[in-house]
Amino acid sequence: MSILIDKNTRVMTQGITGKTGQFHTQTSRAYANGKACFVAGVNPKKAGEDFEGIPIFGTVADAKKATGANVSVIYVPPPFAAAAIEEAVEADLDLVICITEGIPVRDMVRTKYKMKGKRTLLVGPNCPGVITPDEIKIGIMPGHIHKRGPIGVVSRSGTLTYEAVGQLTELGLGQSTCVGIGGDPVNGVKHIDVLKMFNDDPKTEAVIMVGEIGGSDEENAARWVKANMKKPVVGFIAGVTAPPGKRMGHAGAIISGGKGTAQEKLAVMEECGIKTTRNPAEMGRTLKSVLG
Amino acid sequence: MKIHEYQGKQIFREYGMPTPRGFPAMSVDEAVEAAKKLGGKVWVVKAQIHAGGRGKGGGVKVAKSLDEVRARAKEILGMQLKTHQTGPAGQKVRRLLVEEGADIKKELYAGMVVDRGTQRVVLMASSEGGMDIEEVAAKTPEKIRKVFIDPAQGLTDADADEIALGIGIPQSSLAQGRAVFQALYKCFDATDASLAEINPLILTGDGRVIALDAKLNFDDNALFRHPEEIAMRDLDEEDPLEIEASKYDLNYISLDGNIACMVNGAGLAMATMDTIKLFGGAPANFLDVGGGATAERVTAAFKIMLSNKKVKAILVNIFGGIMKCDTIATGIVSAAREVKLNVPLVVRMKGTNEDLGKKILKDSGLPIISADNMGDAGKKAVAAVKAKTAKPKPKPKPKPKKKAPKAKKAKKAKKKK
Repeated sequence: MSILIDKNTRVMTQGITGKTGQFHTQTSRAYANGKACFVAGVNPKKAGEDFEGIPIFGTVADAKKATGANVSVIYVPPPFAAAAIEEAVEADLDLVICITEGIPVRDMVRTKYKMKGKRTLLVGPNCPGVITPDEIKIGIMPGHIHKRGPIGVVSRSGTLTYEAVGQLTELGLGQSTCVGIGGDPVNGVKHIDVLKMFNDDPKTEAVIMVGEIGGSDEENAARWVKANMKKPVVGFIAGVTAPPGKRMGHAGAIISGGKGTAQEKLAVMEECGIKTTRNPAEMGRTLKSVLG
Repeated sequence: MKIHEYQGKQIFREYGMPTPRGFPAMSVDEAVEAAKKLGGKVWVVKAQIHAGGRGKGGGVKVAKSLDEVRARAKEILGMQLKTHQTGPAGQKVRRLLVEEGADIKKELYAGMVVDRGTQRVVLMASSEGGMDIEEVAAKTPEKIRKVFIDPAQGLTDADADEIALGIGIPQSSLAQGRAVFQALYKCFDATDASLAEINPLILTGDGRVIALDAKLNFDDNALFRHPEEIAMRDLDEEDPLEIEASKYDLNYISLDGNIACMVNGAGLAMATMDTIKLFGGAPANFLDVGGGATAERVTAAFKIMLSNKKVKAILVNIFGGIMKCDTIATGIVSAAREVKLNVPLVVRMKGTNEDLGKKILKDSGLPIISADNMGDAGKKAVAAVKAKTAKPKPKPKPKPKKKAPKAKKAKKAKKKK
């Protein structure tokens, strides 16, 4: 098993006709069961056309109705991406994975508000996507570094996730599902939400949680872990050296008002029984050390 | 993006927020002219830099005659203003704001940001204005009132009133307080602000509520729909290296150390900086080359990193996913040649086409120190700096050939000596 997505997931790509959408739909389709999983594309101006045999629909609702797709991945440019998320939520999909980077915060505040009471889950925006190794890859991560196995991975960053995955795979530790939740301050699922899913997933035996400076999501997740998690969790937080008030690439990665420092997060995580490492080259080995 | 106080106040006024009358001035004469235009007997001459803490640093002065305005303007304009936000070097003052003096009865605080926890805009206000609000938040959190704003309703009368009364605005000025908070939210929302702060917001002797200060930052991601905000950008206030980097879509931030680093991805870039620190070094910058780095961008990145004279070594850490290691390697080789690299270069490369990338680096004959993983890369970069700085250097020296044992065998007969 896995969380969020597996080989039975049927995916539509919103923004399938753009360069990024095309490229990553191709690589995702080439991975594992991708050919069967990627069944539709959405572009309001190109309904009736197709992309390499994948039919394009004018709306998410049409695509869902015609193909049964229950998940969407979004590569729509930033000015229109929040509206694309809303459309997918309105169409009552199970899951929306928004890869788009650079969506205005105000748009996301409004979109999140409209999502209240809806059942659709959002991963991202500004994230690498989700992968269940050897089954399905939805997003921009390099498929070949992954390996099927019992470790759950949840992270706010893209390449740092690949780094963690690469280390695990080198140590022979495969992954159940890897979830990139994205680097924006206003986003969909948080560490805590993904940890809950891993806790309930019988095939996940341990979890590696990668965080960044800014906000208090890691602390919240750590407190939940202490009270509820049945499986070992290890962690790394990027940004020990980041100065306050400087935004480190991700809109969410900023220490403001003395809050959200890496030291503070690491301290809370350790207090809550999460083994942490200061050395990002040791994420894999740290995980290995807690396996029984 | 940050703007100046006088620009923030212009925007505040557009949304109906009361501010003192005032004019920006770029020279001493303009400052005196501004004071004349304003009339009255008391003026405030305020340094306009993007950093906070200007008052404490000596950048805000009261003048009680036109001669004093001239004298204060002369002192402040061109000074290197040091505040807790400027760093030890300070920031040169190039613009002033000359305002009419205000009759301050009480100093309050109002601020607005997007709260990550609730994923809403939060209005924070306090009776303790004029002070460092972070200190107030830490020592007396009960003195900060908050309301999380419903995006569909905006800031309601009831919420605005509760905040106003909660921070000591008297009943007789309540309507004004409410109007200020509601205007602030309207302004925040319409301008795609990421931060709005009024410190102090004042209550005057005659019961008016006025924004004596204005700090407004905008969401960079929303600038595409605000050309009027882009027009307010003051490049003098920004790090020239950061400006140069932005031309190439590179995300660069100057730091204080001496090991430059170039990484793909923001999280990995932060983690690489952390690794340098972990092994006893200090990063000279944060630099995310992004996912679509070309040889041209890598070259630009090298030039930018090396224009920081403190740099004693470069660490490149690439996890190739979409970006292929051979593309990066080609970029590194051409960049190293073009900039005539004279500091040790440590490269760690992993992922797509890793072997090909490593071969390109090796075949180049450049003295590149190769590292197996991030930790190893951090250690080697720190060691390279130590080796470089340990030796006394009488003259500008040639390439540090010694540090590249791995490149030796492939070296072409191209050594210059």
